[in-house]
Order: sequence, then C-alpha cells, then structure tokens
Amino acid sequence: MAGEAQRETSDPIIRVRDITVQFGATRVLDGLNLDVKRGEILGFVGPSGAGKSVLTRTIIGLVPKVAGSIEVFGVDLDSSNTAQRRNVERRWGVLFQQGALFSSLTVRQNIQFPMREYLRVSQRLMDEITMAKLTMVGLKPEVAERFPSELSGGMIKRVALARALSLDPDLVFLDEPTSGLDPIGAGDFDDLVRTLQRTLGLTVFMVTHDLDSLYTACDRIAVLGNGKIIAAGSIADMQASQHPWLRQYFHGKRARAVMT
Amino acid sequence: MNSDPKLERIAKGNALALCATGTWTASFAPVLERMVADAEKLAGTPQSIFIDVSEVAKLDTFGAWLIERLRRSLTKGPVEAQIAGLSANYSSLVDEVRRVRATAVVDGGTVTITGMLEQIGRAVAGVGGTVAGLVDMLGAVLAAGFRVLIHPRSFRLTSTVHHMEQVCWRAVPIIVLITFLIGCIIAQQGIFHFRRFGADIFVVDMLGVLVLREIGVLLVAIMVAGRSGSAYTAELGSMKMREEIDALRTMGFDPIEVLVLPRMMALVLALPILAFLGAMAALYGGGLVAWLYGGVEPEAFLLRLRDAISIDHFIVGIVKAPVMAAVIGIVACVEGLAVQGSAESLGQHTTASVVKGIFFVIVMDGVFAIFFASIGM
Repeated sequence: MAGEAQRETSDPIIRVRDITVQFGATRVLDGLNLDVKRGEILGFVGPSGAGKSVLTRTIIGLVPKVAGSIEVFGVDLDSSNTAQRRNVERRWGVLFQQGALFSSLTVRQNIQFPMREYLRVSQRLMDEITMAKLTMVGLKPEVAERFPSELSGGMIKRVALARALSLDPDLVFLDEPTSGLDPIGAGDFDDLVRTLQRTLGLTVFMVTHDLDSLYTACDRIAVLGNGKIIAAGSIADMQASQHPWLRQYFHGKRARAVMT
Repeated sequence: MNSDPKLERIAKGNALALCATGTWTASFAPVLERMVADAEKLAGTPQSIFIDVSEVAKLDTFGAWLIERLRRSLTKGPVEAQIAGLSANYSSLVDEVRRVRATAVVDGGTVTITGMLEQIGRAVAGVGGTVAGLVDMLGAVLAAGFRVLIHPRSFRLTSTVHHMEQVCWRAVPIIVLITFLIGCIIAQQGIFHFRRFGADIFVVDMLGVLVLREIGVLLVAIMVAGRSGSAYTAELGSMKMREEIDALRTMGFDPIEVLVLPRMMALVLALPILAFLGAMAALYGGGLVAWLYGGVEPEAFLLRLRDAISIDHFIVGIVKAPVMAAVIGIVACVEGLAVQGSAESLGQHTTASVVKGIFFVIVMDGVFAIFFASIGM
C-alpha cells in the first residue's frame, strides 16, 4: 500500500499531451502540454480569449479536440470505455463560470442530484451530508430549500461548489470562481478553496483572472498564450519571467497594488 | 486498497470502546449506516466512550459524518463520547463535520385534503387573475399605441417588419400546406356522404361557407397560437430571466412599447393575410378533390361557388382575424412577462400561452357566431 501511495503522489493527476483544438479555421490550442500534480492548486491564467475555458472544457470532454491525448487519474479518456469514463467523471467535480445550477431544483436537490445518481444512500444520510456540504462552503442550512433564482451571485458560486463537492471528488475544476464576487467575498472564497483542499485532499484546477487568488490560493501557476503553455511554476518564477505579457501581468499597476 | 469497513466493540473494562476499520467512504454508505445504527443501541451506562478510528484506511465526508453521528448519539447520556486515534490527514475533516448543525429537514409537502382543496381554490381564484392580467395588458398596449400615434417617430418599424417576417412570411408554406389538406379532406368527406343522396354538387356550397366563415380563420388562428404565440412567450420569458427587460426599463424605455407593441402589430397584420391565403388554399384543395374524386369540372365548381357564397361570408371570416390575433398576442405577452427565474417556469408559461391562446380564440369565435347570427349575416 505504501508503494501505491508513493506512485500516486508522484504521478500527475491530469496529463495533457499535444492538445490541438480548432474552431473552423481558428486554432485555439496548438500542441499544448500540461501536468497537474496530485494535491496541488493550479492557477491557470492568460489573456481574455486565449482559450483557458476551452482547455478546461476539452479536459472535461465538452469540446472535441483535433489531436493529442488527455489522461485523468491515469485513464486515457479517448481509449477508455464507458464504465471507465463514468468512474473518472464520478471522481471529479466542476464549478462552471455561471454556477450552472439546475434552476427548477432547490439547493438541496441540486446538491443531492449526483448522490442520487451514483450512490445508494438513504434520504436521511443525503440530507445530513447536504447540510455538512453547505456548512463547509459557509452557507446557512436555511438556504437548502431555496431555488437558485432566489440566491445572490456569491451564494450561487458557493452552492455550485457544494454540488461539485457532493461526491467527495479527488479533483475539482473551478472556472473563474471569484469573478463577479466582491473582494471580501472573493478572498473568503480563496480561503474556502484552500481549506477544502487541505481537509478533503483535493486537487484543484482553477481558471482565474484574480491576482489575489493567484497569490493567496495557488501552489503553482500555468500561463496560456498563443495556444501553448508559455510558463508554469511558482509565483516567484512568474515574477522573474521576462515574457512581455507576464511582465505586464505581474508588474502592472494592479499587481503592485496586490503585492504591497 | 479498498477493504470492507467494520465497526467492532472491544472490551475495555467499564468503558465502551468501538473500533472502526477499513474504508469509510461513500461507496460503502449503506453498510456503514447499518453498522452505525446497530452501534447506537449499545449505549448502556459506561463510564467513558471511545471511538477508535486509527485503523480507518480511507475517510471521506460521508464516513466522517457517520462517525460524528455515532459520536453524537452515544453522547446522549451523561458521558461524552470521544474520537480517538485520529490521523493528522483526517482531523481537519472531522473537525469540519463537527461544526455541522443537524437540522431537521423540512419534508417536502405531504398531500392532505385541505391542501388539495386549497389548491383548487387557488386555481379558481387564479382565473380571475388571468382575466385581470389580460385586460391590464390590453390597456397597456392601447396606451402605448396612442403614445405612438401622437409621436409616430417612436414607432419601431424595423422591429415590426422583422416580426412580420417571422410570423407571416415564414408561416406561409406550412399554413398553406395544412389548409390545402384540410380543404381536400372536407371535399372528399362531403362528396362521399352527399353522393348517397345524389347531392354531390352541394359539396361546393358546404366547402365555400365552411372555409370562408369558420375553418379558414379558426384553423389558421390555432396554428398561429401554437407557432408564434409560443415563440413570443419564450422570447419575452428568456429576456425576463436574463434581466434584459429590467435593463430596458432602467434605460428609460417602456418594454410594452419596445417589445410588445411591434409584436402585436405584426400579429394583427399577419393573421388576416394568413387567413386569406389559408382560405384560398383550402378552396383550391377542395376544388381539386371535387374534380379528381367527385368529377365536378372546374368550370362547374366555380359557377356553383359564385352562386353559393357572397362577399358577406368572406367578410365574416376575415373580420375575426385581427381580433383573434390580438387575443393570441396579448395572452402570449402576458405569459412571457410572467416568467420567473427558472427554466421550468419558462416551460410552464409557454405551455399556458398556447393553451390559453387557443381557448380564447375558440371563445372569441363563439362570440362572433352569436353576434353575426343576431345581425343576420
């Protein structure tokens, strides 16, 4: 068992190789390589329209790729059969940019939806776990019976995170989790992601524009540009980089404000 | 790596000690729940209670919560249960779960007789609300119409033309096809039954009167309610959901003037045109069947038709069209603006729009029939 644990920590949880994605004649991702290590929070940045969301959606399988291979939990998603794929999907959770909560279900039903589908659990346990998840993401139990249309933007993000976490996944994808939140709310959310990552042993793949998140929440940062990863490493590596976009991003007016 | 979870009691003098082993995760939840329920009965009056979790191989929120549940139910007596042997990896998870307040979840509505009666009462009262909503919208549309008459420059011509294309021009093929087929069927059935009395030729009278007075306009109105009424409701409803209507309002535009009036105008102009085309297609279809199936030559058909119908029949039919269009448009816009935040609500209101639209079209048709009968047209 010790050997297995050893192997698991050294193996990347997501291994993306030579991914090419094309929409019509525009090539969005061009031979991109990326590894995400087990247990880390990877911040994924890049200019608007560079294809950050496209890469996330390609890994999850929502956007078809022209070439390349994607391995998640050591399973090649192209050559896997349905059962293997299901198994992988059960072990990841996705937080979409707009939350993507099911608007006709209450918060409780939203969080219980994946459990109902994948687990054979009594209603009592599901209700209790729902309350536990709501507490974890910092919401009051009263929220459970509300509909998504009755929630504020920040609450929607939190409920969506609770739904993404409902099956205790090993990996979560967060697509701009702090966009549209006030700075205090965004800071809380970063802390929340950090805490949950520690408590549940999560691996987090986070697309973000938020410099604060990069400084406070992320272990490692990958930068997308021209359809490739132009840099990957710690925040110190990013600041030391000579790449013009990176220099502007990490030494601009807003970045200086964050650092001081 | 995954081993079956176990919960065993170990003798430890006066203390109650439970030892948890194996994988405590969601996939074993049913087994875990049963074991925990069994263990909860072990209470007794021990001096101290321990739950030893040092042998647990894997723990997730489900497992952690069940251990916490067990701890809480064993604590009922004077002695507090302790969790022992917690590894550093899992201690924060267990701490997190400990913060959870177990709240009784409200059970989603049991069906009672009073509840059912209440629902019926609300539905009946809702009918009054529906009518009030329609009248309200009619008033708002008329008011917007007068404002536009006074300031003709504020009329949205482009939008009206766009909706004309959607509800009129693009509807022509399907409307013509269906009314043509209905004309064929009426003629065929007429000939089939009239032939027994040797009254084949009277099929022309029946076809002419029926198509021009009733079927042409009614059928077209029902199809427009299904085709364009639903589209109006869905368009306005999704604009409402995305706060686009609120945005218009804050910019100083009246949603009725910008969104509803052009749609109403388009529909009121479109339905008479479509009803006319539909009536012609039905007459053509009927004539074709009368010729091919009943042996009525086209010349004889036209001659007979000229005798059988007068301009009154045509007017009776076509006068109804704009009124029905207004009813369909108002119902569709009221429903569209009543959509709430969820996708389900959008679906419900779109359905309601079509159902109510068709219902009111038929009611209007009945009212017109009584009116025309009493003035002798």
